[in-house]
Amino acid sequence: MEFDLPMIWLMVILFAIAMYVIMDGFDLGIGILFPFVKDRHDRDVMMNTVAPVWDGNETWLVLGGAGLMAAFPLAYAVVLSALYQPIILMLLGLIFRGVAFEFRFKAPEKERPLWDKAFIGGSITTAFFQGVTLGAYINGIVLEGQTFSGGAFEWITPFSLFTGLGVMVAYALLGSTWLIMKTEDKLQQRMLQLTRPLVGLVVIALAGVSIWTPLAHPSIAERWFSLPNFYFLSLVPVLVAISLYSLMRELKSGYDRQPFIAALIIVLLGLFGLAISIWPQIIPPGITIWEAAAPAASLKFALVGTLAIIPMILAYTIWSYRVFRGKVRHGDGYH
Amino acid sequence: MPDISALDLARVQFAFTVSFHIIFPSITIGLASYLFVLEAMWLKTGSEVYKDLYHYWLKIFGVNFGMGVVSGLVMAYQFGTNWSGFSAFAGSITGPLLTYEVLTAFFLEAGFLGVMMFGWSRVGPGLHLLSTAMVALGTLISATWILASNSWMQTPQGFEIADGIVIPTDWWQIIFNPSFPYRLVHMSIAAFLATALMVGAAGAWHLLRSQNTLAVRTMLSMAMWMLLIVAPIQALVGDFHGLNTLKHQPAKIAAMEGHWQNHEGEGVPLLLFGLPDMQKETTRFAVGIPHLGSLILTHSWDGKIPALKDFPPEDRPNARIIFWSFRIMVGLGLLMITLGLWSLWLRRKDRLYTHKWFLRFSLWMGPAGVVAILAGWFTTEVGRQPWVVYGIMRTADAVSSHDIATLAGSLTLFVLVYLFVFGIGIGYLLHLMRLPVQHAVPEPEGGPGQSKQPMRPLSAPDAPFSLEAHLPNPKE
Ligand code: HDD
Ligand code: HEM
Ligand code: HEM
Repeated sequence: MEFDLPMIWLMVILFAIAMYVIMDGFDLGIGILFPFVKDRHDRDVMMNTVAPVWDGNETWLVLGGAGLMAAFPLAYAVVLSALYQPIILMLLGLIFRGVAFEFRFKAPEKERPLWDKAFIGGSITTAFFQGVTLGAYINGIVLEGQTFSGGAFEWITPFSLFTGLGVMVAYALLGSTWLIMKTEDKLQQRMLQLTRPLVGLVVIALAGVSIWTPLAHPSIAERWFSLPNFYFLSLVPVLVAISLYSLMRELKSGYDRQPFIAALIIVLLGLFGLAISIWPQIIPPGITIWEAAAPAASLKFALVGTLAIIPMILAYTIWSYRVFRGKVRHGDGYH
Repeated sequence: MPDISALDLARVQFAFTVSFHIIFPSITIGLASYLFVLEAMWLKTGSEVYKDLYHYWLKIFGVNFGMGVVSGLVMAYQFGTNWSGFSAFAGSITGPLLTYEVLTAFFLEAGFLGVMMFGWSRVGPGLHLLSTAMVALGTLISATWILASNSWMQTPQGFEIADGIVIPTDWWQIIFNPSFPYRLVHMSIAAFLATALMVGAAGAWHLLRSQNTLAVRTMLSMAMWMLLIVAPIQALVGDFHGLNTLKHQPAKIAAMEGHWQNHEGEGVPLLLFGLPDMQKETTRFAVGIPHLGSLILTHSWDGKIPALKDFPPEDRPNARIIFWSFRIMVGLGLLMITLGLWSLWLRRKDRLYTHKWFLRFSLWMGPAGVVAILAGWFTTEVGRQPWVVYGIMRTADAVSSHDIATLAGSLTLFVLVYLFVFGIGIGYLLHLMRLPVQHAVPEPEGGPGQSKQPMRPLSAPDAPFSLEAHLPNPKE
């Protein structure tokens, strides 16, 4: 039997991206929410909820990048060089965000506010430029033959700026619901307050992208609105609506885990919707996964390890989350 | 002066970012194994001094690791953003290797790092030791894959070229390419040496300030044993590495030696000093020892090695740079051997912890490992030029088609951000190494693994610079 290797690889990469978005999503969300919490000890608690896991969360991004290079070298080369500036800005954001975890607790008292700002600025920059990159990617990449031939600033469009803001609010929602789960008392109350308007903003973002994308891209519109696709695809907004509704209800009910789960589902559905719209392109608008795929020898070699090792990674990741399960309290001395 | 091209800027950007990156992984690799040894010694002997040292170096490890991760992230994306020609051409080989590195190393490190750093009171001592071991193992696995990738670019084999891209034909040959074993051993030892020198310098610093505690003596002593045993091995491995390079990249060796042409009946000298001049095709002010080059590289009195003039000018690496970077590395290696031998001498005379000049020398050698690593990499990488995949693809064909303004912008941003962030970070590292080693409050009930164990004295989250951290410990 012949496997459709590029197709399997696309699934692996989408899995890595989905893992990244939900896991680093709540890490980055915490940074985005930092300005809304002034108390220093509350900020310590917020950071300590993710300090033991953020590095593992970010590693999914590295897997996404490495997997793309392994399976679709052409896409890795073309897309990353076409979206040069937003990607570099995202990486610089990740630098500030990442070092803030360690530096903030080691810095002398007077330098602490600096690393608070680095954490906030880094998180916002990262989230925003990830969204911009996503928007510019959906918009398509100008090719001449098989190399990028667009301008350096082509990535700046109203749509990509909008998706930038959209990703920011989605991450903030993941962050606030994560903190509802991991904290208590005053800080938890604050997060409950913030979550309501965030849900509103996420609705606007999702609606905006859903209307804008088909208008701007007739080919995507065709995929969405032709029958029978339409029946299947309309499930996505329906499920989103149900999740949103249950999220709002859980906020009142006082269960502290459900809002986070609902938020995860909403974000995953959004991602899924976009993936379906672009598939099977890997360099939109023209180049498909089969055209950009690496030689079979590369796909096979890397796939064996990937499929064998990912379950182990998931196992010890879950173990590590379990070690740090439960509420984080003031004075919990992680550092 | 030639005009600066976009290619030049891309090279400077890569060299700048990777040079910063390699500093942190080198220390990460060495410290992770050191921490494992400390924790294992504590569990085995029950001696508190190992536990105190563990917690002391763990904080330093954490800061260093953070910087390694964020600078590494940049590397993983830079092949696509800046070297898209290379990625499209050879991504089919470097991509799977990098993917294996992520799967087998980065996840392992990151997954167990949380427990190692913050799980002291949440898991039992056995599991905690296991976490430290996994992190240490992860760093070495990481080195293995990335060096396989880099070595394949130096000495490529196990592939064919079709439709303008590389098609892997034999993964075993790709991974175990001719220069890989040498590079892996040489680099791993380099990481241990760099860490030992750093630990030794920290110990020497405290001793020079009359903080003659058991913990401080222990760290100096452990570091010196490491140097004594490993520095000579490194020189030997380096020699073999050089012979291997002579076989596969003779132009690189010729440039490292500033050797322009062979003369009938004369051996190759070993130049101690000289200024290679690429235009005039000669090494000016050369001072050398006749025949020694032949002796080292060919093991015969009159043996010949290929000379630079045997290669067309467009295939010659820049001898001016690597002649000197190589000598810096070897010179520092010899100093490391000296330091190790001196420590043995003083140890036998019982003056290891008190000899002022020895301690000063140890202190000054603190950064020598990192400097030697950078010098070594510059030799290797500049010596590979003008090729990015040796003999197969030229660097000029590897670069993405960005204009100069774009690259000037990104390079400026990288320089500003790196100098700021990593400059301050290295400052914090030095600060942490200047703090005295703290003694943990005795554990009345249970020991590690029990949540009753007080965490504060080891690490006060609210007051990182608390007074107690600065007071000398009365217990010792
Ligand atoms: C000999 C060792 C060595 C060398 C030559 C390199 N690295 Fe590195 N790298 C490591 C050893 C290492 C490490 C010890 O494994 C690090 C340090 C901190 C860490 O988390 O892992 C690391 C971190 C690290 C990370 C972050 C991993 C994470 O998120 O946890 C990435 C993406 C890279 N590296 C990628 C690269 C690339 C693309 C390199 C080539 C130019 C490179 N490294 C050279
Ligand atoms: C980690 C320590 C390393 C250092 C300090 C280092 C240093 C350098 C330097 C100085 C250059 C520029 C050479 C020149 O333009 O003359 C360079 C280029 C390059 N190196 Fe390395 N290198 C390191 C590791 C690696 C590794 C591990 C890889 C591959 C996996 C790699 C791949 C490259 C590539 C793709 C280039 C760009 C093209 C080129 O100029 O050759 N390097 N490196
Ligand atoms: C003392 C005698 C030493 C000798 C004879 C020696 C020899 C060499 C040679 C010939 C190379 C270039 C290999 C190539 O490009 O193909 C090299 C590279 C390198 N050296 Fe050394 N070396 C010595 C000491 C050291 C020390 C003390 C360190 C660091 C602590 C070090 C770190 C490195 C590194 C990081 C590289 C680049 C990676 C690699 O190609 O392995 N070396 N060495």
